[in-house]
Amino acid sequence: MFGLEKKDARLLLLVLALTMFAPFILNPFPEGSGWAQFNAGYPDLMQRFVIFGIFAIGFNILFGLTGYLSFGHAAFLGVGSYSAVWMFKLLSMNVLPAIALAVVTAGIFALIIGYVSLRRSGIYFSILTLAFAQMSFALAYSVLTPITGGETGLQLALDDPRILDGAAHAAGNIPVPGLFGLEMRDSAELVLGAWVFTFNIGYYFSAFVMLASFYLAIRIFRSPFGMMLRAIKSNQQRLNYTGLNPRPYTLAAFVISGMYAGLAGGLMASMDPLAGAERMFWTASGEVVLMTILGGVGTLIGPVLGAGMIKYMENILSKINSDILHTWFAFLPDGLENLLVTLVYPFIGKGWHLTLGILFMLVVIFLPGGLVEGGQRIAKLFGRKKAKDTDGGADAANSTTPAE
Amino acid sequence: MDAIILQILNGLDKGSAYALIALGLTLIFGTLGVVNFAHGALFMIGAFCAVTLSRIISVSHTVIDETRTDFLGNPMKVEVPYVHGWFGVETGDALIDWAVPLSIIFAIPVMILIGVIMERGLIKHFYKRPHADQILVTFGLAIVLQEIIKYYYGANPIPTPAPEAFTGSFDFGAMLGFDPNTIIYPYWRLVYFAFAAIIIGAVFAFLQFTTFGMVVRAGMADRETVGLLGINIDKRFTIMFGLAAAVAGLAGVMYTPINSPNYHMGMDFLVLSFVVVVVGGMGSLPGAVLAGFLLGILESFASMRQVIEIIPGINQVIIYLVAIIILLTRPRGLMGRKGVMEE
Repeated sequence: MFGLEKKDARLLLLVLALTMFAPFILNPFPEGSGWAQFNAGYPDLMQRFVIFGIFAIGFNILFGLTGYLSFGHAAFLGVGSYSAVWMFKLLSMNVLPAIALAVVTAGIFALIIGYVSLRRSGIYFSILTLAFAQMSFALAYSVLTPITGGETGLQLALDDPRILDGAAHAAGNIPVPGLFGLEMRDSAELVLGAWVFTFNIGYYFSAFVMLASFYLAIRIFRSPFGMMLRAIKSNQQRLNYTGLNPRPYTLAAFVISGMYAGLAGGLMASMDPLAGAERMFWTASGEVVLMTILGGVGTLIGPVLGAGMIKYMENILSKINSDILHTWFAFLPDGLENLLVTLVYPFIGKGWHLTLGILFMLVVIFLPGGLVEGGQRIAKLFGRKKAKDTDGGADAANSTTPAE
Repeated sequence: MDAIILQILNGLDKGSAYALIALGLTLIFGTLGVVNFAHGALFMIGAFCAVTLSRIISVSHTVIDETRTDFLGNPMKVEVPYVHGWFGVETGDALIDWAVPLSIIFAIPVMILIGVIMERGLIKHFYKRPHADQILVTFGLAIVLQEIIKYYYGANPIPTPAPEAFTGSFDFGAMLGFDPNTIIYPYWRLVYFAFAAIIIGAVFAFLQFTTFGMVVRAGMADRETVGLLGINIDKRFTIMFGLAAAVAGLAGVMYTPINSPNYHMGMDFLVLSFVVVVVGGMGSLPGAVLAGFLLGILESFASMRQVIEIIPGINQVIIYLVAIIILLTRPRGLMGRKGVMEE
């Protein structure tokens, strides 16, 4: 199907099903119940899941395949956001030209930065990309204020020219981004008993883009080009000795992953039309590294999982405060309750970064393959038990390994 | 001319901090071959050692002062630090005033301990793994340390003043024969520079003139052979890690009066310190020190008004720009040894 192997096609279908039914899957708890705060099925967060998924998929094409650890990928995300917002300001509120421009500008930036940075490898490459990204951040924050809006960020204004649809939005409100009349922020609600499910146009648009980029990533992983990138990771010297120049391949991978980041940035601006320099700060680059490693570097589905997990923690775990904790442990005796709350409290709420850091360290130390490897190990464990009962156990274990 | 001297002086204190952190980073890299992204966190922990000690010293209890009355006419309650009771009022006040320099004594054992625990508990297991893994795990550790500090000390910067005696400014202009008040420079920054120079000198002297230092230098050059000679080089390298942590920590302790410590100061400095290390040459101790001061001074020159008028924004990017140029034209940095981490 679509030129994919059976295993990959199954993975793609799985992701398709997950993204399409996400409003249901992420909203398992009825509205108004004590667990409703764990519902992640609201448009804003779901959009972030898929957009950062795209970002991480792209990062993984560079880091996962070639082993080049870029610490400045957020620069491309920021560039993408800025160009998308400029397209909204100048041309039209339609998201397609904005996203196209975002991808192209990010690609050009990646070409320039990659051409320079890829002359070195290892830690030097990381530092070079970091230096470029920090430079972009500093410039966007200060000197380039006419283009980037500086500290306040780039925002839409009423008197923007918007050549293509200037007359259509003369009502006095700043128009919202849309796709041929469909507004990105529009959503429909479905009420089923105590459950409320929200279907948001922006989310579904981003989800389709994410599926397309996921499909593209599978094709890249399985292509001869992908094989070449893996060869670079495993032994660049041997590649040189066989008479192949790895530079064009790494540069291509860098540009592709930069374009993915630009796409994510463009989508981000389409969902909420503003762009700020803080998107380019190096912590943002660090975040995508965390996502990719946490999910499973070099695997197909891993980065998406990692992105989802970090964004879930950022938005859900960070909301839990000590009062909520007290209600959870209320069934315990008072002393024990207070003790548990004091023990757990540093890890949740505002301290969610601590949990993230510990989790990340544990993954790097014990599970270099990330969550995907964890899943595989568990699957293998069950597979072995099954194999004792039935002969088909080994096959079942293989089918549950989604990638690689 | 006076403006140039002023910029050089301004660059010195930042340069000192860069140089100290970069020195520690290079010590770790040169001995253990580990790229330590948690080094900025060590700098930050050092700064919070100073905060902690100054808080401990000024712990107070409430005493009813019969001689004074508050606005209701009741006897006034005053907070009296415990040190007043123990050492007398004058010595107590002096102790509180000198909390930051005193923290040096407190910070050295704490930082060495933290460093040794870090090396034995975590980094030891990463020697055989790729550099990317080392970067990632220490990056994770940096996040964890930073969040722990944030949990206990809050997210806001905590002002930690220098001793009374160093609060003023020194008028270099008058001393060097320029107009008075053209080149004025806070005393504490002079102290910081002198302190950095002493620490750097001490580290070099330690490596150059002691037997321990000689063994460590031999280990840096060829670890295996030193091991074959029956010397437990791992143990010495662990101690060096502790020392590197102490250097970073001391840089942090003394930096608190210049910039109120907050939980992300380490990360802010770390990114620049890495650039410094790379510019100086991975694994080269003199290179790290030289590049630290050089970049600090360059940065302050770039923020001169006259320069910004010609090239706007240069003060924001100069360090990165220099790093990019150096990395591309002279891959092993200013003073890097040939063959060390060139790829």
